[in-house]
Amino acid sequence: MKAFIGKRAISSVISLVGLIIMVFFLSRLTGDPTALYLPLDASIESRELFRELHGLNDSIWLQFWNYVQDIARLDFGDSIRRSRPALEVVLEAFPWTLLLAFITMILVTFFAVLIGSLAAFRAGGVFDRFTSTFSLIGSSAPDFWVAIVAIVIFAVQLRWLPTSGTGTIWHWILPITVLFIRPFGLILQVVRGSMISVLSSAYIKTARAKGVKTRPIIFVHALRNAMLPVITVIGDQAAAMLNGAVVVETIFGFPGIGKLMIDSILQRDFTVILAAIMVTALAIFIMNLLIDLAYTLLDPRIRY
Amino acid sequence: MTNRLLEVNNLSVEFHTVQGRVHAVRDVSFHLDRGETLAILGESGSGKSVSASAIMNLIDTPPGYITEGSIKYDGQNLLDLPRDERRQINGRKIAMIFQDPLAHLNPVYKVGWQISEAMRVHGVPNAKADARALDLMHRVGIPDAEAKMNAYPHQFSGGQRQRIMIAMALGMKPDILIADEPTTALDVTVQAQILSLLEELQEETGMGLLLITHDLGVVAETADRVVVMNKGEIVETGTAASVYKDPQNDYTKRLIAAAPGKAPLKSVPDITPEDEPLLQVQHLSKRYGAVEALTDASFHVMPGEVVAVVGESGSGKSTLAKTLLRLQEPSGGTAMYKGRDLFSLTERELYDMRRDIQMVFQDPTQSLNPRMTIYQIISEAWAIHPEILPKDAWRARVSELLTKVGLLPEHAHRYPHQFSGGQRQRIAIARALALEPKMIVCDEAVSALDVSIQAQVIALLNDLRDTMNISFMFIAHDLPVVRDFADRVIVMQAGRIVETGDTETIFAHPVQTYTKALLAASLEPDPEVQALRRAERKTLLMDIQADPDAAR
Repeated sequence: MKAFIGKRAISSVISLVGLIIMVFFLSRLTGDPTALYLPLDASIESRELFRELHGLNDSIWLQFWNYVQDIARLDFGDSIRRSRPALEVVLEAFPWTLLLAFITMILVTFFAVLIGSLAAFRAGGVFDRFTSTFSLIGSSAPDFWVAIVAIVIFAVQLRWLPTSGTGTIWHWILPITVLFIRPFGLILQVVRGSMISVLSSAYIKTARAKGVKTRPIIFVHALRNAMLPVITVIGDQAAAMLNGAVVVETIFGFPGIGKLMIDSILQRDFTVILAAIMVTALAIFIMNLLIDLAYTLLDPRIRY
Repeated sequence: MTNRLLEVNNLSVEFHTVQGRVHAVRDVSFHLDRGETLAILGESGSGKSVSASAIMNLIDTPPGYITEGSIKYDGQNLLDLPRDERRQINGRKIAMIFQDPLAHLNPVYKVGWQISEAMRVHGVPNAKADARALDLMHRVGIPDAEAKMNAYPHQFSGGQRQRIMIAMALGMKPDILIADEPTTALDVTVQAQILSLLEELQEETGMGLLLITHDLGVVAETADRVVVMNKGEIVETGTAASVYKDPQNDYTKRLIAAAPGKAPLKSVPDITPEDEPLLQVQHLSKRYGAVEALTDASFHVMPGEVVAVVGESGSGKSTLAKTLLRLQEPSGGTAMYKGRDLFSLTERELYDMRRDIQMVFQDPTQSLNPRMTIYQIISEAWAIHPEILPKDAWRARVSELLTKVGLLPEHAHRYPHQFSGGQRQRIAIARALALEPKMIVCDEAVSALDVSIQAQVIALLNDLRDTMNISFMFIAHDLPVVRDFADRVIVMQAGRIVETGDTETIFAHPVQTYTKALLAASLEPDPEVQALRRAERKTLLMDIQADPDAAR
């Protein structure tokens, strides 16, 4: 197990190094970095000054070396717009996204597994057909539209919930609900499909022959086997959310990494974008490692 | 009538399918007494397993419906019981074990947990259930039981898994044990051990044993009485001995006639010594990492000869076949075929050679592409080797081949799923014949088939050998079939050839202890013969268990 974690950690480091190299050269490939970093109407003098300040007149290899050294020291430079270390800005926004994604995924997993399992147990029944239709609608509804409609109904018309921002627990309800819908529909379908095939397997017959009650058959005997493909999808969905729920965060004015990225892109705050990429990449690597570990915990036949 | 445990009366089961209603079981009645072993004998589709499932309330509704009849346990009709009371009968009063114990054990839970669960669900406290689970593990003969309580099903051998299933079934000391093909997937020596374990346990507990099987040998070995089923109906009932000796029903007669291993032993085939061997294998070995799957195997196959390779799982017989066809690369040795070493052929030469040596696999459902018609499956051979047959002759030749294997030319445009298992294996044989091979390697080619179908396929192979002078390498674990079909037998154990000889000698005068044990464990369909052989087998198996190396 230790060897496996070590192996995965090494491959994650290799991927991170690849990412670092790619990000640097992409920012140079597009031509003059000043065009990328500075506003369009920046004067020639300010461009010169910028070049001087950031060593852009050095050879590309020297620039790369300095860039790598900076990153090794976790120094991504200062945010051009905020005059503060970029990493600080990112690490301020990231916990918001992390918490949002965490709460949402916990809820999604709980409800999708519960409802998907029950739907599978009576596959083709009324409950199954109802949830299938509902989850299909849910997973195909565009989130920006759902977000806006939700604001119109619950915040503007009914005035039950705040429209945007943070501060109270009420501010979390709409973003979580909107984020919930799509992965819920998707994971519910995966749980249902996986559960149907597991419930028809031979060891379920054995459990019935032993006289095991229905509920433990579903949630003890079948569920642990059915979770293997589900874990993969949960991982994908969680990774997408860690990347920043861009649309939802923007619409609800939620100060997470997705909103920060969009703002930084619009403001050409390249150092912040770079820091955000690195932080989310690291988070996604860690999460994939956790998913792999979850596999080995669920299924004793899997050994790395 | 205090001894009567179970009484099934006029049971009928229907399945509602898209094709309409299927009467899986019709008007079936039988009973089981305390301490008795009743065998339900039948081929696939006979309704024997559905009957057992009905007793265990394992039929899914829909699509299955019990339309008529009663199942009385202890004077109570199980079909009338409320759901929770019905559930409590399972495991506590009537328990069941199945074929393929790997699939029937939950792969993600420890076996100790699974055994004790069978008691916990019936109200036994945890500590007591765990203690009894350990006792049961000891009782069914799992070595190192304390540690093995925490192991998972995949960490056991096939025989041990079935022992664990038995331990799980016996937790609540049930009155009735239903065993659905309990030894079908197991090696013969393991089968003999499991059957005698069941018998011992039955003597200890006095439970009634309901044994579902397709194997006359298993009936002869274990059953007091037998019920013969065909197409959902009972066609004959009686004691095991009387049904075998004096079958009344036509179907029973055919079933008994089809059982292999009864023909007089073939004498040595008339192959003159000056004939060149078709295939001469020397010092063949195959390693997977540190594991030696095949060690120093040397043998030959003459033109038109049937050489059987027998041995238990892990003996290396399938590795032997795969290496010969270069589906796997050997680790050493030579295989001379027509003066060339098969193992040193280039890709291109190998491609031509594949024409000559064809393979027929165990499971025709998996070895035939479900998206191709029979015409496409057979003619694909000529698309790959166009020199054999011009395209305008394909259609006629496919018809000819289908006729040869006992199918009809109009079958060419159907898909594999539209055929029965036996028909699919005929299609696989027709595909092998399309390339006009000199030799066909059959890897357990008839093992999955019903006895009567098995006999037909063997007859077909025999005919091909006689008319086309094809050689066969016939890999099998089923000794009676080998006895009927093979000219020579190679006995393998743990990757080595332990004995070789013509069929008559191997079966009548085996030399090696291992060969003797294999033969002794193989079951005869005649209950009387089988009874005689049991004493002999017990001593032999004890020898092997006491000193496993002596068998090498």
